[in-house]
Amino acid sequence: MPHMTAFARNQWYVAAYSHEVGRELLGRTVLGEPLVLYRSQEDGTPVALNGRCVHRRYPLSEPPTRLDGDRIVCGYHGFTYDTTGACVYVPGQKRVPRTARIASYPVVEQDSLVWVWIGDPALANPSGIPRARHLDSPGWVTVRGMEPIDCDYGLLVDNLLDLSHETYLHGGYIGTPEVAETPITTEVDEGAGIVRVSRHMDDAECPPFYARSTGIEGRITRWQDIEYFAPCLYLLHSRVAPVGVVPEPDGSDPGGFHTEVTYAITPSADGRVYDFWAVSRDWATDEAEVSEFLRSNNHTVVMQDVDALNLLQRTLGTERHGYQELSINIDTGGLAARRILARLAEEGDKPVERAR
Amino acid sequence: MTAPAGKIYRVDWVPGTDLLHGTCHCGAEHTAEDPVAMWEWMLGHPEGHQGVE
Repeated sequence: MPHMTAFARNQWYVAAYSHEVGRELLGRTVLGEPLVLYRSQEDGTPVALNGRCVHRRYPLSEPPTRLDGDRIVCGYHGFTYDTTGACVYVPGQKRVPRTARIASYPVVEQDSLVWVWIGDPALANPSGIPRARHLDSPGWVTVRGMEPIDCDYGLLVDNLLDLSHETYLHGGYIGTPEVAETPITTEVDEGAGIVRVSRHMDDAECPPFYARSTGIEGRITRWQDIEYFAPCLYLLHSRVAPVGVVPEPDGSDPGGFHTEVTYAITPSADGRVYDFWAVSRDWATDEAEVSEFLRSNNHTVVMQDVDALNLLQRTLGTERHGYQELSINIDTGGLAARRILARLAEEGDKPVERAR
Repeated sequence: MTAPAGKIYRVDWVPGTDLLHGTCHCGAEHTAEDPVAMWEWMLGHPEGHQGVE
């Protein structure tokens, strides 16, 4: 059995994009908990309930389960639940058993993401959710998608915290020799659970992803500034510009192309993770061809990661006696992230003292 | 022990070398050849970080 990164409970996780949650029932599994999501007709807010009927565990995201107004009617025997998870109807009898209730989860819809709190609902504090404003701000255009990967979510965190793999796994798309060759700076705010990894390339080849979308010809100055808000949100602030073009002294940056690459890393089950990915830009915002190019190109890049991580997980699973790893300088940020995740998992497992 | 939020640990990969240079939130500095050793020192704060506060 390969190593599995422990789940961190009492945290917010992205369960879906806003556009995925509507009047059709959506099933997702987060930290091993089956969820069913839908949007309330009454007030338009997303609802997240446990996705198994209390009666015989029928999956509430599967037909013929359906919505009746804001109530969800199990497709097997008709058990009916309101938006709080309380059962309001059982077939054939007037008395609804007191224990007929499914869990409801705190939900926050923000920045076009639907966040759910997995853990003790009394501890859910929406102000702790990291922001990704560019996903839903005027002046920004975003292309996005989601791919499930059959791997430990820790492997995806490792992958994203160390972009030197771009040179090898994503060569010809976003990788160039300079990414792997350029030293990184790592900053860790251990208490806040944030890891920042920066790689500033002064004179680099322009990969096709940026050459064809921005129209820059020749070599570039390329900055990659990662912010990972453990456990779920990952932002890559990318800046590319012709070599030597840097921001103005007043901080404005008319010569730079800014792209925000967002990932939500949501552990689904042991050995399975949702890879939500988005590419946002504030340039060429009215050019549909650029959007389509970035969507298609980034989807290819994401699938290269998906294939590699699926393979890596299967390979780790064949190790009979465990395995050792070797970490080098490029892993400085990834190691910090692992440590923070281990701490969050430990904290999430502890019983919490409540103020009375 | 976990540092309170806002206390920053920084590790610079020294350009032109294979060395890592670390700065703890307390100001203590350290050089190491690999990140495992670096984090061991860094997160051992305050042990081995004497002389700076």
